[in-house]
Amino acid sequence: MNSKKRNRSDMFWGYLMVAPTILGLLILNIYPFIETFIRSLSKTKAFGKYEFQGLMNYQEMFTSEEFWKATWNSIWFCVLTVPVGIFLALLLAVLLNAKIAGRGIFRTIYFLPMVVAPAAVAMVWKWMFNAEFGIINSIFGTEIRWLTDPKIVLITCAVVSIWSSVGYDAILLLSGIQNISPYYYEAASLDGAGKVKQFFCITVPMVSPTLFVVIIMRLMASLRVYDLIYMMVDQANPALTDAQSLMYLFYRESFIAGNKGYGSAIVIWTVFLIAIVTALQFIGQKKWVNYEV
Amino acid sequence: MKDSLQKPNIPVYIALSVGGILMLFPFVWMILTAFKTNAEAMQIPPVIFPSEWKIDSFLQAMESLPFPKLYLNTALMIFFRILCAVVFSSMAGYAFAKIEFPLKKVLFGIVLLQMMLPSQIFIIPQYQMLAKLGMTETIFGLVFPGLVSAFGTFFLRQIYLGIPDEIGEAAQLDGCNRWKTFVSVMLPLTWSGIAALSVFTAVFAYGDLMWPLIVNTDVNMMTLSSGLSTLNGQFVTNFPVLMAGSVLAMLPMLILYMIFQRQFIEGVAMTGGK
Repeated sequence: MNSKKRNRSDMFWGYLMVAPTILGLLILNIYPFIETFIRSLSKTKAFGKYEFQGLMNYQEMFTSEEFWKATWNSIWFCVLTVPVGIFLALLLAVLLNAKIAGRGIFRTIYFLPMVVAPAAVAMVWKWMFNAEFGIINSIFGTEIRWLTDPKIVLITCAVVSIWSSVGYDAILLLSGIQNISPYYYEAASLDGAGKVKQFFCITVPMVSPTLFVVIIMRLMASLRVYDLIYMMVDQANPALTDAQSLMYLFYRESFIAGNKGYGSAIVIWTVFLIAIVTALQFIGQKKWVNYEV
Repeated sequence: MKDSLQKPNIPVYIALSVGGILMLFPFVWMILTAFKTNAEAMQIPPVIFPSEWKIDSFLQAMESLPFPKLYLNTALMIFFRILCAVVFSSMAGYAFAKIEFPLKKVLFGIVLLQMMLPSQIFIIPQYQMLAKLGMTETIFGLVFPGLVSAFGTFFLRQIYLGIPDEIGEAAQLDGCNRWKTFVSVMLPLTWSGIAALSVFTAVFAYGDLMWPLIVNTDVNMMTLSSGLSTLNGQFVTNFPVLMAGSVLAMLPMLILYMIFQRQFIEGVAMTGGK
């Protein structure tokens, strides 16, 4: 085959093979992305129609107390879940990396919440955290209103969120840890460095590229948390506004109140927030992520 | 190696066991509660084991939710999402990795852009499109946002990039065209990637709540996740029924996990970071 003919044939096959995916993405994602943006600048009318009106939705949003509370809740939820969750996941990854019998079983157990739908996970935790009959108050002899106390409800949700994700994050970190050469540890042992020192001076820096990816992923997931809080804190809960995340508010405004323009503004705001947090992480990574090895 | 000769590490065992109990306890408690009567479940101080293992709560949960249909809907949704993700993403992943054509970078940029945006930004227009097609309350509706997979394309492209060019070129010298090279030579080399993508797609489709809740409001067309959330509103204080429903909802995935746990964990570790 001469090369010109071959290039033509390559072009044909190339386009043909990416066509379903690209067309699908254009219709299902790129167009909706643009439409959501336009919708956020529009008034919602009947039958899915909308009319351009400028920044009214944003104006309404930025003067709404419920909106700011939801923004704060989403950020607070990140603060509650990400540092503790990542630390526990890293610790767990190190433990799972120890050469012990039965670590396959432990791996299976810690990963378990991942394969159970968040809806079912939330259901059992809701029962365990029940203020009157829940097992948690019974064990500790407390009378804490875990799910209805405005100050506590989001902490409760954060606990469940960490419980669900720690095994998954640990598995990702574990594959990073397994790539660290054992010679580093041997050298450190010879120099008299203890396990704790080895953890901070070898494991953490060496696994930092994976750690960075896991942190970004966890931050993004936490900023757009929805299903867990939706299941744990129903819409009749008196502490709803104290637990409602941005995506929960988005769901209620768009699909229960039917105000899709306002809902679109909320989702655009959330993307903006995620972009800022991610950008900060990418700037911050230069200080601690180690790509040398 | 020296490591394997180490004596059993007691502190590690203790730490992992304590954590393991914390991970397992909610599941144990879910199952124990499901077999209790409501009065027994609400007893103070709590009883751990049901005095009699009753299946009434399971029957009640199955009466209020059409579980056979929920199983079927969920299975069909997962099946078609996997099928679409694997077929279209394999084709696109191969083309992006191995074929040179104009505008390739721009088109791949679309894939990356979709991956960076949170899925909620697409939901309202996707729902409107589906409503216009008159396809709400259908299996197609459940599959709709998963007809193509940007992540799958990105992921399989990585896998194809890892296969040496020489393999495909040899097939082409033997007279295979691009399609034949792809189907009979390259595709079979990516099974582990396809398995990982399938697990990833299944786990996330199964857990997804917002989309099924929006598009299919008829209880007969719901998935296990969205069905369970309606049970939540129906039996606010009858915890044995809620627990029985949760057990029924998580059972199929749990069984699959027990059989294919290696593939599950490796699959998620491979696709990790999304």
